[in-house]
Amino acid sequence: MTALAQLRVDPIACDGRGLCAELLPEVIALDDWGFPMIRDGDLPAALREQALEVVRLCPKLALSLEHSSIR
Amino acid sequence: MTAMTVQTGVQSLWFLSRGSGLILLALFSVVVVLGIATRTGSVPARWPRFAVAELHRTLSLFAVALLGLHVATAILDPFVSIGWAAVVLPFVSPYRPFAIGMGTLAVDLGAAVLLTSLVRERLGFRAWRAVHWLAYLAWPVAFIHSLRAGTDLGVWWVAVVEWGSAIMLATAVLARLLGGVRTRPATSGSASGLPLGVAAQDAGQGANAR
Amino acid sequence: MTHDADSLLRPSRPDGPVDHLPRLLPATFAAEPASLDEHVARHGLVPSCGRDQRRREELIGVVGRAGLTGRGGASFPTARKLAAVASGHRRPVVIANGTEGEPASAKDKVLLARQPHLVLDGAVLAAEMIGASRAVVVVHHAVREIVDNAAAERRRAGIDKVRIRVMTAADQFVAGEASAVVHWVERGVAKPTKTPPHVSEHGLEGRPTLVQNVETLAHIALIARHGASWFRSVGTPAEPGSMLVTLTGALRRPGVYEIEIGTPVSQILGLAGGPSAPLSALLVGGYFGTWVNWDSAGALPFSAAGLGTLGAGPGAGLVAALSDDSCGLTETAHVTRYLASQSAGQCGPCLFGLNSIAGQMEALAGGRTDDPGKLLRWLGQVDGRGACRHPDGLVRMVRSAVECFGVEIDQHALGQCCGTGATSMLPVPPQARRWR
Repeated sequence: MTALAQLRVDPIACDGRGLCAELLPEVIALDDWGFPMIRDGDLPAALREQALEVVRLCPKLALSLEHSSIR
Repeated sequence: MTAMTVQTGVQSLWFLSRGSGLILLALFSVVVVLGIATRTGSVPARWPRFAVAELHRTLSLFAVALLGLHVATAILDPFVSIGWAAVVLPFVSPYRPFAIGMGTLAVDLGAAVLLTSLVRERLGFRAWRAVHWLAYLAWPVAFIHSLRAGTDLGVWWVAVVEWGSAIMLATAVLARLLGGVRTRPATSGSASGLPLGVAAQDAGQGANAR
Repeated sequence: MTHDADSLLRPSRPDGPVDHLPRLLPATFAAEPASLDEHVARHGLVPSCGRDQRRREELIGVVGRAGLTGRGGASFPTARKLAAVASGHRRPVVIANGTEGEPASAKDKVLLARQPHLVLDGAVLAAEMIGASRAVVVVHHAVREIVDNAAAERRRAGIDKVRIRVMTAADQFVAGEASAVVHWVERGVAKPTKTPPHVSEHGLEGRPTLVQNVETLAHIALIARHGASWFRSVGTPAEPGSMLVTLTGALRRPGVYEIEIGTPVSQILGLAGGPSAPLSALLVGGYFGTWVNWDSAGALPFSAAGLGTLGAGPGAGLVAALSDDSCGLTETAHVTRYLASQSAGQCGPCLFGLNSIAGQMEALAGGRTDDPGKLLRWLGQVDGRGACRHPDGLVRMVRSAVECFGVEIDQHALGQCCGTGATSMLPVPPQARRWR
């Protein structure tokens, strides 16, 4: 069993402040209007620590790190 | 000689209390301005927004530590009797009850802001924000405390720090009320290192940022 | 024209004329809605299942074997939804969704106006099946009075064990979305909310909520009476049953019709008297649907499988026929601008992106394209980025328009247009609406 982590944004809470994209550019890019586009797929283990920081730092608490597991 | 040492020792508590108080006022003002900057996104162009947010948080924690020093030195000072109860209960201090009481109120409000911020993720955004707005009340309360409890406003540079902090804060608050929030201007390039073609393609691949 | 009164009175039996439509709509035109007596005379009393758990599960099983899917546009298997809501921990609640925020679609209004009791039967049955004690029926203001009267008739007759409450729907485009309806009923704000959790788990008052299109409920009401095989006797094996469609545009007799799923598109248009002018394209499904060329689409079966070959789907049953003297680009630009204005404004990519896309469509229609790549890039950036499917629907529609009207795009860039018609074919409500 491996644990998969996926960063998700609540589009209603998100205000496009852009802090997340500054901290995690490997996974988050901003669209033409300043809102985050999160790369789909499992978050590499090396970035998970940073991802938790980004979740904590979002001024609108719009980010969450979801875990799921596959066999 | 011992009497002189005691005298100097006791005097230093008094100096510490006053000095830390002045620094606190300036620091607290900077923290509020940084908080407003975090909210509105009005930062100098090269500054990353997360840096402003983190600076706001770090300085506020530092201010809390300094506040601890300020309160402790004031209470321990033998020349004025304030009492430990006055740390949290406003207007119970025998010495200048109103002036100290305002300080107590500022501590109470600050404590609410601090505690809710520490459990922000569990609290949820709306509840956290409602309490955080108390910071806008805490500042004028602290300012009045500094005017009434402070003993050094006659010194010119103390007055500069005092009124300079007030002007800086008033400007920031006014700008916030009038200007609203500044979003990043629409750019044709990505703000990050991801080539935009890749990002757009990923975004178009469905089940993405939900 | 006299009608065989017997056939209306006799409930359908497996050996009777069951293969014939209409099932939902009345057999002949009637100016008034069917009263409770007329309804019972035609269809019989609603077979209640009461509190018997086994009977409830049986009934859900019948709906499952019938293969009924949602008629609100998403085509989700109805039995699965019923079972999911019934399995929650708290007592569930039913919301009959007659909002029909799609301006060109009229099927739900017509169904409620003609056969309100069929819908109410379905709402009551669905409530019993999942163990709910009340049903909220949300209807367009045009039919509010009719449904109110029908509910009052039933209360006087004392036939329902489920409490029915009728409400007027909000009129915004996204007001028909499941979480928006719940939000509307609960707080008077017709904006979608964050999912997960889905309304089937956590909806009205935090309860598991069944939000079901009124047409689907009407089908349930008939399936409960006549069974799964009866339902499956029309339609295709993979997509059984009948459905209501709204036929509009360049047709002789536009209106709401009931069809067997899988009927060829051209035959369906024939029900509406056929085209009133040579056709160039069709908008299929709704404003969130797909533009298809008439040449390719005419012979296709009207079903998910048939229309899927062109990347289209039945959606909410709308077919709008574009004559070849109308301009598809201009129509698309109007609809896109309307859809952009109907954003709930909660999610950045939708609020800003749809506006940008609408601007680009207007530029294309006006023959002023500075950068054709921008439109495609923005479509990719907006797709799937909202809390609801509003941006997704617009993206699908615009992408299909770009493909379908490729020739027109080039023509417009050269300052020409094949369209001569001055009036707009697709209805776009005035945009003075403010969100409540």
